[in-house]
Amino acid sequence: MSNIKPRVKAPKTAKVGEIVEIKSLITHEMESGQRKDKDGAVIPRKIINKFVATANGKEVFSAAIAPAISANPYIAFKMKVEAATELKLVWTEDGGAEFSDVQNIAIG
Amino acid sequence: MTNLTRRDTMVLGAASLAVATSLNTPALADAKTADESLAKLGLSGASASADLVLDMPEIAENGNTVPLTVSVKSKMTADDYVKRVVLVADGNPAPEVVTFNFTPASGEAYASTRMRLAKTQNVIAVAETSKGAKLMAKREVKVTIGGCGG
Repeated sequence: MSNIKPRVKAPKTAKVGEIVEIKSLITHEMESGQRKDKDGAVIPRKIINKFVATANGKEVFSAAIAPAISANPYIAFKMKVEAATELKLVWTEDGGAEFSDVQNIAIG
Repeated sequence: MTNLTRRDTMVLGAASLAVATSLNTPALADAKTADESLAKLGLSGASASADLVLDMPEIAENGNTVPLTVSVKSKMTADDYVKRVVLVADGNPAPEVVTFNFTPASGEAYASTRMRLAKTQNVIAVAETSKGAKLMAKREVKVTIGGCGG
């Protein structure tokens, strides 16, 4: 599905020790498995079920996501910057497909 | 077989749903109530605490997307930090909403997202710290237009 796109808002620079907010969004229908099509058949569940943020390879935050999270899942979290950081965000879909985005935060 | 009848499509759909749910359903999807869901996660018996703030609107204009923010007052040091905050809802088709996992590198135990609410109900947050403390906060959200496809 080429229409599943991450969008991330992260600062370009931070001071050592600064706590910054990272805002993430991924376009995804988050089909809950509750809806029925016009013939009455249940539309199968297909959601983003996991979100993991790593800073320089080390996990800083993650979320286990259920169908109750809205379409185009928005997740914001905070992170303490200790050094120049490569922040990698990975979203996993039911079935194992992964989508990712990388943000670089410099010290300054 | 070039033409799939609608019956074939439905059987195909039902079969793929069965496979999809059996592969992807985590253990706690069997929990019927919010309390059962918390119990399965080892989070029964949390005490209401003002240190855990669950911020949600009193009235949700659109049950399809209701914003929420959780934050826990914590030093977030290696010896004393919030490990996770679990959110459940007591009036949705399934109680699980989301679990946020934090580390000391989070700096603050804070997260924000948007959820679906099928109808007016309570949303309950339970925070667990590295020292084993369990905190709870609850919000009732009134919903005018439900958001679960029903």
